[in-house]
Amino acid sequence: MDLSFTEEQEILRKFAQDFLTSKFPKKLVKEIEESDVGYSPEIWKEMAELGWMGLPFPEKYGGTGMTFLDLAVLLEEMGKACMPGPYFSTVILGAFPILDVGTEGQKQEYLPKVTKGEAILTLALTEPSGSYDAASTEVKAVPSGDAWTITGTKLFVPDAHVADYVLCVTQTEEMAKPEEGLTIFIVEAKGPGMGHTALKTMADKLCEVVFDEVKVSKESILGELNQGWNEVKRVINRAEAAKCCQIAGMAQKVLDMTVEYAKERKQFDRPIGSFQAIQHYCADMLIDVEGMRLSTYQAAWKLSEGLPCAEEVAVAKAWAVQAGERVISLAHQVHSAIGVTMEHDLHYYTRRLKASELSFGDIDSYRELVAQGMGL
Amino acid sequence: MDFRLTEEQERFRKEVRDFLEGEMKQELWEPTIDGWIMAYDPEFTKRVAAKGWIGLTWPKEYGGQGRCFIDRLILTEEMLRYGAPASCHWFADRQIGGSILKYGTEEQKRELLPKIIRGEMYVGLGMSEPEAGCDLASLKTRAIKKDDHYVLDGQKTWTSGGKYMNYLYLLVRTDPDVAKHRGLSELIITKDLPGITTSPIIDITGNEAWNEVFFENVHVSKECLIGKENDGWRQVMEQLAYERSGMERLMANYPVFEGIIQFAKETKRGGKWLSQDPVIRRKLAQLKIEFEVGRLFMYRVALVMDEGRSPEWEAAMSKAYATAFEQRLASVALEILGLYGQLRPQSKWVKLNGMAYHSYLSSKGYSLQAGTSEVLKNILALRKLGLPTG
Ligand SMILES: Cc1cc2nc3c(=O)[nH]c(=O)nc-3n(C[C@H](O)[C@H](O)[C@H](O)COP(=O)(O)OP(=O)(O)OC[C@H]3O[C@@H](n4cnc5c(N)ncnc54)[C@H](O)[C@@H]3O)c2cc1C
Repeated sequence: MDLSFTEEQEILRKFAQDFLTSKFPKKLVKEIEESDVGYSPEIWKEMAELGWMGLPFPEKYGGTGMTFLDLAVLLEEMGKACMPGPYFSTVILGAFPILDVGTEGQKQEYLPKVTKGEAILTLALTEPSGSYDAASTEVKAVPSGDAWTITGTKLFVPDAHVADYVLCVTQTEEMAKPEEGLTIFIVEAKGPGMGHTALKTMADKLCEVVFDEVKVSKESILGELNQGWNEVKRVINRAEAAKCCQIAGMAQKVLDMTVEYAKERKQFDRPIGSFQAIQHYCADMLIDVEGMRLSTYQAAWKLSEGLPCAEEVAVAKAWAVQAGERVISLAHQVHSAIGVTMEHDLHYYTRRLKASELSFGDIDSYRELVAQGMGL
Repeated sequence: MDFRLTEEQERFRKEVRDFLEGEMKQELWEPTIDGWIMAYDPEFTKRVAAKGWIGLTWPKEYGGQGRCFIDRLILTEEMLRYGAPASCHWFADRQIGGSILKYGTEEQKRELLPKIIRGEMYVGLGMSEPEAGCDLASLKTRAIKKDDHYVLDGQKTWTSGGKYMNYLYLLVRTDPDVAKHRGLSELIITKDLPGITTSPIIDITGNEAWNEVFFENVHVSKECLIGKENDGWRQVMEQLAYERSGMERLMANYPVFEGIIQFAKETKRGGKWLSQDPVIRRKLAQLKIEFEVGRLFMYRVALVMDEGRSPEWEAAMSKAYATAFEQRLASVALEILGLYGQLRPQSKWVKLNGMAYHSYLSSKGYSLQAGTSEVLKNILALRKLGLPTG
């Protein structure tokens, strides 16, 4: 057993930390958040040049062929920096499924664009039901000759407003078991019949995406016809682990900010960090954050090794969700009034942590998965 | 990074399991809660010793096995899973041997370590006193040097298993004229010296869990001093990290966990299996999530020890977290047992052998012994996070 990162991983972490802190001062994060596009195309380009878009992808598609655990390090640092933009959507939700189940032609077509920073991808999975199960997929794709026609509404689609391609999960056949009739299509995001509206949200850029008789060729099918759900499950699992990395990064930063503030802020002629109530809040936060990191690394390592990890991911995400809430609440208590203003940086984390916690399944779905693993 | 154990470690786990299952098949003992601190069975300890499983991490030259702390964690994890009666050797194996190795003289190492390893030396921990709890350094028991020996006067309390122990580890005041942390020393003595008397303290479960130990004009050879005179406080800090470090902080009442899961699978209420009840599923799954995180904490502590570093904050963190988990586990188990939860172990209708009842009561002490959770959080805040003192 070995819980340490390699030297290369530590170098990547340090480099990412320096890059992200210098590129994303909170003033810029705020501007980007308030802008319509929600990311900085210039920095996006730089990140592509650093090889970040292609970090986990093979070299023949322009990637750097690193592991998911390497990516976990980067995601953690992105979380710490509150980095805005469609990185998660493009790499985790868009490109990975193409690598997983795409044809060689699809990989050649899309992955180099991703790794060069020339294409933004996303996944249109959830619908107005707001849930992640197969039965809730009502967007339909109907065959007409050699082509398919997609119709329906997807909701909470991240970064669709800037996406070049949308992976759309559709119902292609009505089956007794709904998961046996779902297919993923790669759709041009700005093609005829596509419409999107940005949602007003707590933190993330999410959209309503309307497919109005969108015509796609049969070559756009990603993976096998009617077999899409297997890949969706894999994507969700990976996305949960990736979210955990970001959450762990955010929570670590929140703890650091809180401890720093507790050392500086004085009341009754002493730093508030000398009050034991505040000290114990910080200690509790530390325990929660350390638990996040260990359980997240375990999940990320398993993914990296290609080992079965649904349960480890569920444990990590369940912990991240609960501990994240505790950490942010205590951080606010310690910061007191200044922490609930827009002047202070804490709100970025409060809003993003919550948004991350709410994506990809709720706490009870993780508990249920764990319960099944216990033979209950 | 690699979360796997080696094949050899997996084989070792299997070997420990086979041994314990064999013991249970022969009905040599019954699984107990708190088997590491409340089940004293010298014969079991000798059988464990015969396997070479006491002093697993100590150097071979003193009779140890020179193995890593992860191996010891695997061993203790299985002991706790099966509720084995391992109390006789637990403290000596966990912390006293390590102290002797680090601070003892060559003669002390050659004499005492093999005795522990053979399963013959059972060491009680004499730190706390009636007026010295969390503020341990304020302790008053004195050892005054006179010729070739110390004269010991005072009282220890909360000496776990004192009745069964043949040795005592003591933290005593050797210099009353300096600041309280500066005048302390560590001694290891046999319990049968003239002038030592004990009296039992009965714990909340009804067991004689502790002894008070009184010292009146007890003559102790100078050879019993461990390490440097008046350097005891620094020495004991590291020992305490080891005391807080182990799997027993997460798994002291583990048999309750397995028991209550089984109970939920086998019990119907209102015509429905408890295990199908969404509320009960959620409660048990939540415990499992918390347990798995705790287990990672514990393995991390062992890895820190394998790096040769004292796991000061890591052990404080793990213990504070894990003992709170065990208290939730006991409480959830009683909730699920409902009315049955209040039955004592001897009751005709009792479920889970009364383990949940016992664990609910005894778990109240988990967050107190070896550093209260408040003291542990002080350590995290002050030493790990660097927050200022008042
Ligand atoms: C099951 C069990 C087994 C034990 N076994 C042994 C043993 O084998 N050998 C041995 O020597 N001792 C043993 N002890 C004693 C144990 O070490 C003490 O109980 C512990 O150190 C606390 O001391 P106290 O009980 O006197 O509480 P006190 O020190 O009186 O504390 C009372 C309360 O005040 C809090 N408090 C005290 N100081 C602070 C502070 N600075 N900051 C915040 N809160 C504070 C405590 O956390 C606690 O909540 C055992 C105790 C138990 C319960």
